Amino acid sequence: MSPTEPTVFEIGAPGRGATDQWPEATPAEALDDLPAALLRGSRAALPEVGELDAVRHFTRLSQRNFCIDTQFYPLGSCTMKYNPKACHQYAMLPEFLARHPLAPDSSGQGVLACLYELQEILKAATGLAAVSLAPMAGAQGEFAGVSMIRAYHTSRGDHARDELIVSEAAHGTNPATASMCGYTVRELPVAEDGDADLEALRAAVGPRTAGIMLTNPSTLGVFERQIGEIERIVHAAGGLLYYDGANLNAILGRVRPGDMGFDVMHMNLHKTFATPHGGGGPGAGAVAVNARLEPFLPVPLVGRDGSAYRLLDERERPQSIGRLSAFAGNVGVLLRAYVYVRMLGRTGLRAVGEHATLNANYLLARLRAIGYEPAYPERRASHEFLITLRREARELEVTAMDVAKRLLDYGFHAPTTYFPLLVPECLLIEPTETESKATLDAFAEAMARILEEARREPQQLRSAPHSLPVQRLDDVRAAKQLDLTWQAPAAAPAPPSG
Amino acid sequence: MAFIPHMSADVSAMLRTIGVASIDELFDEIPPELAAAELHDVPEPLNEMQIGRLMRERARTDGAPLVFVGAGAYEHHIPAAVWALAARGEFYTSYTPYQAEASQGTLQVIYEFQTMIASLTGLEVANASLYDGASALAEAALMAVRANRRSTSKRLLVPTTVHPHYRGVLETIAAPQGLTFDPLPYAANGGIDAAALARGETADCAAIVLQQPNFFGALEDVDAITDWAHAKGMLVIAVVNPVSLALLKPPGAWGTEGADIVVGEGQPLGVPLASGGPYFGFMATRRSYVRSMPGRIVGRTLDRVGRVGYTLTLQAREQHIRRAKATSNICTNQGLLVTAATIHLSLLGAEGLARTAAACHARTRALIERLCRLPGVGRRFAGPYFHEVVLSFDRPVAPLLERLARAGIVGGYDLSRHYPELGHALLVCATETKTEADLERYQQALAQALQDAPSARRQP
Amino acid sequence: MTEIPEDLQYTEAHEWLRRRADGLVEIGVTDHAQSALGDLVFVELPAVGRALRAGEACAVVESVKSASDVYAPLSGEVVEANAALEKTPETINQDPYRAGWMIRVRPSPQGETSPTLSAAQYRRLLDEQRR
Repeated sequence: MSPTEPTVFEIGAPGRGATDQWPEATPAEALDDLPAALLRGSRAALPEVGELDAVRHFTRLSQRNFCIDTQFYPLGSCTMKYNPKACHQYAMLPEFLARHPLAPDSSGQGVLACLYELQEILKAATGLAAVSLAPMAGAQGEFAGVSMIRAYHTSRGDHARDELIVSEAAHGTNPATASMCGYTVRELPVAEDGDADLEALRAAVGPRTAGIMLTNPSTLGVFERQIGEIERIVHAAGGLLYYDGANLNAILGRVRPGDMGFDVMHMNLHKTFATPHGGGGPGAGAVAVNARLEPFLPVPLVGRDGSAYRLLDERERPQSIGRLSAFAGNVGVLLRAYVYVRMLGRTGLRAVGEHATLNANYLLARLRAIGYEPAYPERRASHEFLITLRREARELEVTAMDVAKRLLDYGFHAPTTYFPLLVPECLLIEPTETESKATLDAFAEAMARILEEARREPQQLRSAPHSLPVQRLDDVRAAKQLDLTWQAPAAAPAPPSG
Repeated sequence: MAFIPHMSADVSAMLRTIGVASIDELFDEIPPELAAAELHDVPEPLNEMQIGRLMRERARTDGAPLVFVGAGAYEHHIPAAVWALAARGEFYTSYTPYQAEASQGTLQVIYEFQTMIASLTGLEVANASLYDGASALAEAALMAVRANRRSTSKRLLVPTTVHPHYRGVLETIAAPQGLTFDPLPYAANGGIDAAALARGETADCAAIVLQQPNFFGALEDVDAITDWAHAKGMLVIAVVNPVSLALLKPPGAWGTEGADIVVGEGQPLGVPLASGGPYFGFMATRRSYVRSMPGRIVGRTLDRVGRVGYTLTLQAREQHIRRAKATSNICTNQGLLVTAATIHLSLLGAEGLARTAAACHARTRALIERLCRLPGVGRRFAGPYFHEVVLSFDRPVAPLLERLARAGIVGGYDLSRHYPELGHALLVCATETKTEADLERYQQALAQALQDAPSARRQP
Repeated sequence: MTEIPEDLQYTEAHEWLRRRADGLVEIGVTDHAQSALGDLVFVELPAVGRALRAGEACAVVESVKSASDVYAPLSGEVVEANAALEKTPETINQDPYRAGWMIRVRPSPQGETSPTLSAAQYRRLLDEQRR
């Protein structure tokens, strides 16, 4: 592989273009009704390449990526499971792709039927009363969920509740979302054994408590055993319970958030329901609620009158927190999740949670036998687990980041590093149910070799990766000498003028 | 089953290694009363052949009507190479590029994308994208309040010529942080009412939102409004259609100083309509505001041996570091859609995009010339437009649209719900995908519908 | 070994204060803070003339992987900000107690002050945090 690939602006030649893809030129007189003052003066600086130039460039760029189709991604809290090809193929049927979002419901009965059934299946899987598929990402699902908590309290005239309780181990989106919704964050400490500190919780709740945001199993890779008591404490104080669905894969089909007493939750369909991550999106963050929050669900929802499906908006849903997207959310992602969940069916759902848990506990047992230190050695792993390299950091001066980077050389994506923040030098490892024993064994063997290297030749780790297109990048330079857009070397960097 | 590769011998071996007798034992920390019953409401599994058949049947149900509606989502030709490349597993199944060394492909694509968006909008920097155009506007509103050092106001001027759904999303996302929105009326030409601006009733505001072309397809007097807003100490948030920017003045050149933040819906750049998503929102701004910008940003730098490489930068603005003080709770960009758009723009180039924009305008012009020949049909506003126009009718629009739908035509967007004051009004659009024969078919179908549908006179 | 000059006062949030002869109070972040943050890439300073209340966030120091608020240790008016830091934030890494000063504040006469520590107390705080 070439060490560098020029930018698309540096290949091709002036005047070249993928002309077979262009529409025919329009006669100038067809534009004579446009006022000159509103027109662009000079062309935008876009690439000038032929089709084959572009195909080679972007294919070569693709080859500079790790991806699930080529590598194991044990990324804790990210659920990087296999993305079945059928989900893609059947969401890309031409009729689905061509449908305009404002076309009448009558010309969308096929797609709406899929979305309606997906709502129903997600209700059943979460044990909650109603679902909206509107949020476009997990973080937007969180936003919708917390907005519903706020709308609920407001609808009861309860305006004193301005605090949300968030675990100190929570994903950063939880406190960020709370702030976006106008709440003050109270951090809930974690006890030694990885469960929540109930005394601190009792002290924190009161008439200002709007609710609590929890992930269960938590981001520490263990199931919160006191969930029943937490539910009683928060509900008794008048607060609501928010379930962050980031770790839903661990309990799919075995335990339902609704049964644990949660009032509202979001799901990351790009995690639990196998839709692709696409290099950072699109996701989908469906929300589920119990009956008391149902009126506040974001619009649109998919409703059914007899055998006809239709989108319900603010007119039918006057108490809704409103719209989150211009149209109906990430429908293409939802169709992929629908295909996946129909292929799983009720038995498959349960198998997912069980085998995700089996794989995590197996890999934990292997790594522990090799000599890695579990962060919570007394606890059962959920679908993921935490190991800490504090001993290696102290004794060998090798960090979690060094191990993560060295894994890349062995052809494995790095686990999640330095999250949660409260465990020093940690790696959060989530194998998912779609990986075979052989893959887990190969990963464990790579981890064994890395530990050996850490003892014998730690420099191999500190300077890793060695086999990728680039070595570790200068982040300080990137932040201080901001280079965010390509500039032609000779030309002045002036933006195009009107 | 469920894409799980284990054979029973694997499971037994794994359980032995763990030291438990059964999978059930792995759940022994979960209070037994929480165990879920069987999920009767979830159907039995389907295999790939069965689900394939079901999905094809459903797709057939939806048909393939001829589309003359835009209103925020536009049908364009997408070169075959765009999705052939974007759907490669290396793009499709990769993760957010936190591990830069293993994500140079995705990162370089985003860097190229940022360059294209900055160039199209005429601004200095762009981010790696947001969820869609509407949520990008909400993020821009929050950003404007953070970035405007001349005003501490949390009020924004939002003309009613901004897409009504965008205004809804603005309310949902930005109001919880205390932002308020003052509407600005439109004038007889379908643009922002200059007289309302001149009256100067506007109190201290952080920013004005300026959509070009506006929701009616009309072209606003962006130079004058931008200068007016800057004189009042406001920032200017432009909402633009990226295809139109091949033809129209880029926001960076509006007025004397240019717009401050530019957002828009990226769907017209290689993303299929797909009932509304996934799309992507883009955002560009001045370099001096870059730290107030939400979302991922990719920078070019060097590695430890001096090779050029790409990495996420300015991450300290983001939720995973700043937590409750982050610029936004957003984690992802719309990576896959951005990949498609970057390939799309590479294939089109400036010339191809300009041809597309010109063809859109020409097709729309030809369409309205045809439709306005029909009795009782006319243009509602007289001013210049890009590729959408409001038509007025002498009778309700909904029955006409129903008749057109039965003829396999999505005839436009009925404005009566959001703009009842316009009377019987329909927003129509034609893009480069429409042939003369398509326009002819629409004209004839509408003529037939007008004959069949009750007129206003007969239904007073 | 982290440097803790004897003639300064400190806060638990790792800021230092220098009470100057002209009555102004100079404020910056400690050697320990800069070393914990790592290479600084950005500093955001309050506008000159801004009235600060003790305890409010008034500046931000940012490294590649973290961002920290700097809290006003006392109430008063910002008289001067070290604008040079905006171009060369690394000055704080290199010389946190001199060239790396961040703001000069004129204390408000009746204004409150957050509790401050002596050099010895601050050293003890760091020792405790290390354990």
